[in-house]
Amino acid sequence: MAVKVIIPTPLRAYAGKQESVEVQAATVGEALSAVTTKFSDLKKHLFSDDGRLRSFVNVYVNDEDIRYLQKDQTSVKPGDTISIVPSIAGGARS
Amino acid sequence: MSIAPLKIDEQLMKRIHAHGVETYPHECCGALLGRDGDGSREVVELMPLANRRDDSPRNRFEVTPEDVRLAEKTAQEKRLELIGWYHSHPDAPARPSEYDRDHAWPWYSYIIVSVQKGVPHDTTSWRLQDDRAAYDPEAIETVAHPAGIQ
Repeated sequence: MAVKVIIPTPLRAYAGKQESVEVQAATVGEALSAVTTKFSDLKKHLFSDDGRLRSFVNVYVNDEDIRYLQKDQTSVKPGDTISIVPSIAGGARS
Repeated sequence: MSIAPLKIDEQLMKRIHAHGVETYPHECCGALLGRDGDGSREVVELMPLANRRDDSPRNRFEVTPEDVRLAEKTAQEKRLELIGWYHSHPDAPARPSEYDRDHAWPWYSYIIVSVQKGVPHDTTSWRLQDDRAAYDPEAIETVAHPAGIQ
């Protein structure tokens, strides 16, 4: 049994139009790496050029925000569900 | 690839403008719930949200992930989709900024209303390109509200 990564609707076009992807991983970082290796077009929408998760991209393991766990080192086990949720941000001036 | 126009009822557009006026000189924001099909996209309902950027609300807005999840859940319950977002640019053009681009995903429609001195002016809609390099303008097709129907 693998870890399930739910692909948010706006990014499904970059993940073979799938709603979720199952990967083998021990941590959140490994799971996201596995998904973006499989679907390379996803990477730029989740990670910035320096390889960090974009500031507006939030990741949850079974509804718990990984910022309050061990971030990308958060352990995952078979059957866990990882969700990717954006914060929506913007504004008039750069 | 050409982008189909974003259809929106004129009453809903008036509500977006009213929200921008209400929060002026701060930015307003909200979710667009609707339907996305082959070659068509329509806003069916708005979900006005609080701007969480207390530190700089005149030129920034933020919708928290909790509010995003609430908007997704609300859309699902209404058998709609979360198809995009709207926000205002107080005393600034209705064009996306670099900051907007850095914080966007493709697919979503991003409506921007320019509110000049408290009065709504231009309204535009945008979609981020696949490579994140720029936005494509998305035409807005305002649909007249049938008389007698709310």
